[in-house]
Amino acid sequence: MARESEDAGMAKASKVKRQKKKKTKENKTRTVQANILYDNAKGEENPNRHYANNKIKTTKYTVLSFLPKNLFEQFHRFANVYFVFIALLNFVPVVNAFQPELALAPVVFILSVTAIKDLWEDYRRHRSDKEINHMDCLVYSRVERRYVEKYWKEVRVGDFIRLRCNEILPADVLLLSSSDPDRLCHIETATLDGETNLKQRQVVRSFFDLDCDFDPLKYNSVIECEKPNNDLNRFRGYIIHRSGRRDALYKENLLLRGCTIRNTEEAVGIVIYAGHETKAMLNNNGPRYKRSKLERQMNVDVFWCVIILLVMCLFAAVGHGLWMFQYGDKRPVFDVLSPEGTDLSPIMSAIYLFLTMIIVFQVLIPISLFVSIEIVKICQVYFIHQDMDLYDEETDSHLQCRALNITEDLGQMQYIFSDKTGTLTENKMVFRRCTVAGVEYSHDANARRLAMYQEMDSEEEECTSHGGTLPRRDSVTSHQSAPVVLRSQSTKSHRRTGSRAEAKRASILSKHTAFSSPMEKDITPDPQLLDKVNECSSQMDFMRFHSQPMSQLPSDLSDIIDFFIALTICNTVVVSSPNQPRQKVRMRFELKSPVKTIEDFIKRFTPSRLTSGSNSSSSSSLITNRSSNKGCSSMLSSPSAESTLTKLDEERPPRGLDHAFSPVPPCYDGKAWDKEEGELRYEAESPDEAALVYAARAYKCSLVGRLPDQVTVELPHLGKLSFELLHTLGFDSTRKRMSVVVRHPLTDQITVYTKGADSVIMDLIKPPNTGNSKGKRQKKIVYRTQNYLNLYAADGLRTLCIAKKILSKDEYACWLQRHLEAETAIQGREELLFESALRLETNLQLLGATGIEDRLQDGVPETIASLRKAGLQIWVLTGDKQETAVNIAYACKLLDPEEEILTLNADSQEACALLLEESLHYIQAKFLCSSTDQAAKAFHTNFAPFEIYPSSSPSSSSSHTVPFMVHRLGLVIDGRTLAYALDKSLEDKFLAVARSCRSVLCCRSTPLQKSMVVKLVRNKLKVMTLAIGDGANDVSMIQVADVGVGISGQEGMQAVMASDFALPRFRYLQKLLLVHGHWCYSRLANMILYFFYKNAMFVALIFWYQFYCGFSGSAMIDQWYLIFFNLMFSAFPQLITGTLDKDVSAETLQQLPHLYVNGQNSEEYKPYMFWMNMIDAFYQSLVCFFIPYFAYADSDVDLFTWGTPITTLALFTILLHLGIETKTWTWMNWLSITFSIALFFTVALCYNASCPTCYSPSNPYWTMQRLLQDPLFYLLCAITPVAALLPRYFYRACQGTLFPSPVQVGRQLDKLPTEIRRNILSLSRVKVGSPLSPKPPFLSLAKPSPKGCNKKDQRSFPSSNTPPAKKGPVSQADEEKGQRSQVQPSDSVRSHSDLYTLVATEIDTLPYTKDAPTTLGGATASFNQSL
Amino acid sequence: MMASSYNAKDEDGHITVSGPGGGTLRSKKPENTAFKQQRLPAWQPILTAGTVLPAFFIIGLIFIPIGIGLYVTSNNIKEFEIDYTGVDMSSPCFNCSQNFSWNSTRPCTCTIPFYLDQPYENNVFMYYGLSNFYQNHRRYVKSRDDSQLNGDLESLMKPSKECEPYAYHENKPIAPCGAIANSMFNGEPVSCCAHQTHSSFHLYLICLFTSLADTLELFYNDPNGTKIQIPMTATGIAWWTDKHVKFRNPTDNANLTAVFQGTTKPVNWRRPVYELDTDPQNNGFINEDFIVWMRTAALPTFRKLYRIIPKKNSMVPTLLRGNYTLEVVYNYPVRSFEGRKRMILSTISWMGGKNPFLGIAYITVGSVCFFLGVVLLIIHHKYGNRNNSADIAN
Repeated sequence: MARESEDAGMAKASKVKRQKKKKTKENKTRTVQANILYDNAKGEENPNRHYANNKIKTTKYTVLSFLPKNLFEQFHRFANVYFVFIALLNFVPVVNAFQPELALAPVVFILSVTAIKDLWEDYRRHRSDKEINHMDCLVYSRVERRYVEKYWKEVRVGDFIRLRCNEILPADVLLLSSSDPDRLCHIETATLDGETNLKQRQVVRSFFDLDCDFDPLKYNSVIECEKPNNDLNRFRGYIIHRSGRRDALYKENLLLRGCTIRNTEEAVGIVIYAGHETKAMLNNNGPRYKRSKLERQMNVDVFWCVIILLVMCLFAAVGHGLWMFQYGDKRPVFDVLSPEGTDLSPIMSAIYLFLTMIIVFQVLIPISLFVSIEIVKICQVYFIHQDMDLYDEETDSHLQCRALNITEDLGQMQYIFSDKTGTLTENKMVFRRCTVAGVEYSHDANARRLAMYQEMDSEEEECTSHGGTLPRRDSVTSHQSAPVVLRSQSTKSHRRTGSRAEAKRASILSKHTAFSSPMEKDITPDPQLLDKVNECSSQMDFMRFHSQPMSQLPSDLSDIIDFFIALTICNTVVVSSPNQPRQKVRMRFELKSPVKTIEDFIKRFTPSRLTSGSNSSSSSSLITNRSSNKGCSSMLSSPSAESTLTKLDEERPPRGLDHAFSPVPPCYDGKAWDKEEGELRYEAESPDEAALVYAARAYKCSLVGRLPDQVTVELPHLGKLSFELLHTLGFDSTRKRMSVVVRHPLTDQITVYTKGADSVIMDLIKPPNTGNSKGKRQKKIVYRTQNYLNLYAADGLRTLCIAKKILSKDEYACWLQRHLEAETAIQGREELLFESALRLETNLQLLGATGIEDRLQDGVPETIASLRKAGLQIWVLTGDKQETAVNIAYACKLLDPEEEILTLNADSQEACALLLEESLHYIQAKFLCSSTDQAAKAFHTNFAPFEIYPSSSPSSSSSHTVPFMVHRLGLVIDGRTLAYALDKSLEDKFLAVARSCRSVLCCRSTPLQKSMVVKLVRNKLKVMTLAIGDGANDVSMIQVADVGVGISGQEGMQAVMASDFALPRFRYLQKLLLVHGHWCYSRLANMILYFFYKNAMFVALIFWYQFYCGFSGSAMIDQWYLIFFNLMFSAFPQLITGTLDKDVSAETLQQLPHLYVNGQNSEEYKPYMFWMNMIDAFYQSLVCFFIPYFAYADSDVDLFTWGTPITTLALFTILLHLGIETKTWTWMNWLSITFSIALFFTVALCYNASCPTCYSPSNPYWTMQRLLQDPLFYLLCAITPVAALLPRYFYRACQGTLFPSPVQVGRQLDKLPTEIRRNILSLSRVKVGSPLSPKPPFLSLAKPSPKGCNKKDQRSFPSSNTPPAKKGPVSQADEEKGQRSQVQPSDSVRSHSDLYTLVATEIDTLPYTKDAPTTLGGATASFNQSL
Repeated sequence: MMASSYNAKDEDGHITVSGPGGGTLRSKKPENTAFKQQRLPAWQPILTAGTVLPAFFIIGLIFIPIGIGLYVTSNNIKEFEIDYTGVDMSSPCFNCSQNFSWNSTRPCTCTIPFYLDQPYENNVFMYYGLSNFYQNHRRYVKSRDDSQLNGDLESLMKPSKECEPYAYHENKPIAPCGAIANSMFNGEPVSCCAHQTHSSFHLYLICLFTSLADTLELFYNDPNGTKIQIPMTATGIAWWTDKHVKFRNPTDNANLTAVFQGTTKPVNWRRPVYELDTDPQNNGFINEDFIVWMRTAALPTFRKLYRIIPKKNSMVPTLLRGNYTLEVVYNYPVRSFEGRKRMILSTISWMGGKNPFLGIAYITVGSVCFFLGVVLLIIHHKYGNRNNSADIAN
């Protein structure tokens, strides 16, 4: 931005200076002229010279600016400033504690490590910049009169560039010419938005009808366009020709940097934006920085450390003052005067000492903590990256961590907000069934086929062989090699186009074939419908042959054929053939342009019929605007109406009914079309479009070609029909529909086919005239279709309605005129076009509806179940309609058939308030009983009062985390009601209702609502939220949540770009959260606590010493040890532990999801733990101080000979402390600890032998050497760490036995032999409903509670009022351990269920530690018997 | 990695189909190594009563005997301590202690009789002890110039800033500079004047005390009434490295007076540094009393080695049981800071001087460990099994 304004400023200044004709318009727009006009002129003359050139520079620093700039950036961090301040304080003689130069060392070390890291990153950027800048492209040279090769960096704004197929665009280029006969150019934008389908770009209209090749020398127009901005989907401007004519420019004319030219042999364009001003570069943001919850908590404790530090310093200062005071005037010999020889008053001494102590105690604020945390996080990200389980073979992509510093947040999530389509579901749309003209075709065979795929999938999962996915692809295309080579090329080239991020994205997608698995393609047609289609088309063929008007066709048959035509053409699907990958299939029958001008229309459709005055006048006025120059050969010209007209006249044969469907055209390139037909590939923008086209193809109604102006459809009997495509009104989320306007080749009517969401289409249906039979039929169709739609929705299908409308010529002309006005408008074009579309899409005639299945992704129900067991609340926010959403929710086990569902649909604010109130009362009334005695009941009935915060001691947790019950309730709310509920006045009530429900489903919600819901929950409930989604509509939600996860699926990359983590599949979320999240959290939490402990322990040693040195700020620990202790001697083991420690194995974490609660409740790092650690640190330091103190009391030991053992002891204690806290000892842990100790002794020995006169004041010459000969030293080393760590060790042992945390239990499980472990785990799943209930279950068994609520759940067999809800979890459990409960009569489920619970409980009381496996076996056996 | 190994296999067997483009087809599949998949073989200790039990017992069993051994060793060390500060009126040194001026010219001498109730074998070490003397004060510790003490001629004439305000006196550099040297407690009497010499003990002469420091002399009062001075060596009391590496006279020139020309003595000293001893190997900066003093004590109550009473022969104890007299030339004022002065006689063992603390500590820690081990045993038996099952239920 700064650059832009700078540019503008410069441009302006120069303009003013030279008093040129152009005025301040420069501010808002950019003017581009061809450079070749100015090639001869000096640089100053070139009007484009102020624009950025194409050289990109993403580096932050230059050689000169590196040091100051980097330092400046680093000092943005408060901690760095603090440490520098302390280091500088050391230079003040009165207060200095260490040698000033030495005190600088840690800060310099930290700063330089960061600086080196920055430098290296910058160098890598520099390298990639250089590579990109030196790519070649063809630029027109005036001198040589041809295109010459130049580097990308030499491309300037205003240059003409020639691009060939598969080349990457070096800059944003305005397309002026294309070798494509349609003046089109196809580009692949995968690097920008990740969408792999081809996009069409058009030559600027003025150059559209140029017959000959574009000649840059003849170009003399001026382009006025917007200033550079980062909106990829927006480009506005106009081109001013020499003649003064203006033509509007749209985004369809602009080719963006980084895209790849496809399907087009050659294209020529003029560079509009270059280098950093290209849209791609402006969109290229760096990684995001968030602050994790743990870090926030840590910062609080850092703050506490500061307080402790100040208190300690103050204490020492006061102590020193008093110490001085007690001597009064009699100054003792050891109280040295200040260097000037003056005597300090006690008060002044105290003040100076305060500052000195800050220096001495600075270690308390962990300088290396920040660096260490960053290192650990990078390692964690690396490991997450490397996890094979998070790698998706099919797309060859693995998890991406885009935010590097919130890995530990993954372990603390409490709420998950999920999108549905593409996240829970595959977004692979499969046509399931349809209804046409009120008749349902159930497609049973198709359903069976799909079921087969499902089985295949599950089998495939079991044996994930390397080539598991290859056969599928082979079936897609028999020529596997060709596309692969092409794709690999594109992958390679992506790497150069821009940043590394772009390359990464591209490679993820490179193997992604858009929407074309055989499952989606091979649809088995319904025989009944197929017959009808055949019958219909044969009749039509017959009628055509006999020149009968098509209107005589029976209406149901005509509906059917219309329905399929609509399916085929009402979309934006591009057809390509696998033989020529990414090459458009061309079937040109005649050259026609789409109706783009009114006169064109007039010429085509009138001349006789359309002669109303207004129209002709307007058209004539339009015509007069046009310049009169004709032909293209001489000057570059704008195509005039006349020329178009003549061309049309020449080329078009006389129109008649029979010409429109031409026979197989002559230009057809000789290949056996029929054979290939089956292998046509459809590239669709959205998967459901493709699904519909494939469905239509199954009925032999196949799309064989699409050009901007016509669509070719092959119908049975009728052969290929080409529909003249007059308009395409694209899909948008507001209208929720799309339409095409075509001229039907058979009837020659102008027909509008509309396809859209049922809710909108149904409203637009023309109210049938009930008077006549046709109207009645229509009414019946609408009624029936609506019924079927409801059924479809209940099946979880996505429904689309298909409708048509026949326009009379007059109507069309009338609409067209305003539409053209809208199209040419420069301001508010979008709005006008929108209105224009609304005008067209009215009074539709309903043809039918389709049901498309969006299949659930693999493992979604399991993932949801396990995440829920992990105590996560899962909310689904979807834009789908309520019925569909609810059914998908059932399918993915989000809603349980057994649980009640509260549905909130309100029409007004008041109604909404009332509803919420009622629900609240209802919940309270219903669950009053359960909440009184939740724990026992939770266990016995499995009727789930589900605690979000189980076993967290309420006293320790802060006020807002009061245990809150979540009932077995589902809440469904639609978008409109949600809007009311999110109102300020109702949001609290809404939350109260929502949080007591087990699952919440928001349907029909807009992107904004999604983010509002997330924000509301996050802010009001103070919980950690995770949003996961795959589409652009999820972006805002992803950005708002604490952690945003994007699914790198099929809907482009916007979600991924906005996310912190990108997953290939939803099910990976399970491992990401339950395993990696847990690990990252517990590792980091423990490391941070350890850091605080370590520093406090070390500093306290010196603090105790102050009592024995007159609070003079003296330190018995040599300053070198003091300064490098943190940095070197004790740094490595904690890094290794922080990176590698696993408290519980991955398998156990996944099998016992409720271990995740550990992180949700921040159990590894609670505020009191900081203080416990501090107390422990003080205790340990007392031991480490006073054992040497007494051991050396009243001896001839000197200061540093006494201090060195203390340092050593502290090191041993600290390392052993880490050892207690380390759960997994790999060789790296051993190595790091050994290394630390060895390093300390090596350094100490070298340091103590190096110089007999240096290192004042300690002058530790030969100290260590002497100590090593002293048995006392070893005796101290043996006893002190033991004494210091005794309490902690003892506590850990007791805690591990008496009240082990769930995590510790999990760890114990890890140790058991696999067999036993599996048994236990399968048992533990029985009690899914009651994770971690605070009371041990067997206790409640032993003491039957007198309360009524759980009376029935004792050992007695079920009484009549056992809640039916019980069936759910039990049957679930049965599924999970199928081998045990294989033969189970369904009618006795209930009684068995109780038995089951009972037996399981009994088993619980039996010991099955590892030394008693036989007992367990026995238990299992009895268990089996009882079943 | 995967791709390359795959290719290699192809070449072994059949014709490789994939050309040079094989590299680009490389899958991004992460490597299945134990490290990358975080499955490194590991020892996973679980801390429960059952598992840590042995550790506690073992520690207990090891520590208690060690503790007993240490305690016994420490108890075998003989130590005698006498406070000669003279705070009490009854104390022989009371009079001397009243005069706490640094500049008094007349040395004050006091004699303290004492009785050793057991003979001292082997070498006996004589220490002087000071209490409440903060030799570890931050500014005090720093106040020295190691290069000067190392014999650097430049530093001799230009003492380091650290020595301020004891670097220059009357525009002459102080040698040795700094507060530590300036406050030296004990100095060697030099320039012996006529003083009585005792028959067989000629090693040391009591001279006129010119230094500020206290001087201690020990006499054995023979049962027959004679006062025999105990011979003591003043060398070997400093660290070998200090004496030979850290501290050096500016030149090896025997004439130290010339070497220290142009410097001045520390303010509180009565004699320059080159007059500390007559023995050239113990004079100047390498005077061992000086070196010992310069090694600043860690704690405010400390002792410093003063003399060694060498063992004469294996038959006779170094110090016999009996009456002794300590003659103190009382110079050093400690009253201003409530200090105490002591003389300590001690034998040493392999673990240093008498200090029962470590033995007691070992015994205590060992016992605590043992006790905790028993507690854990009880816990383990009572709760260990029960809990395992309850855990799983959770």
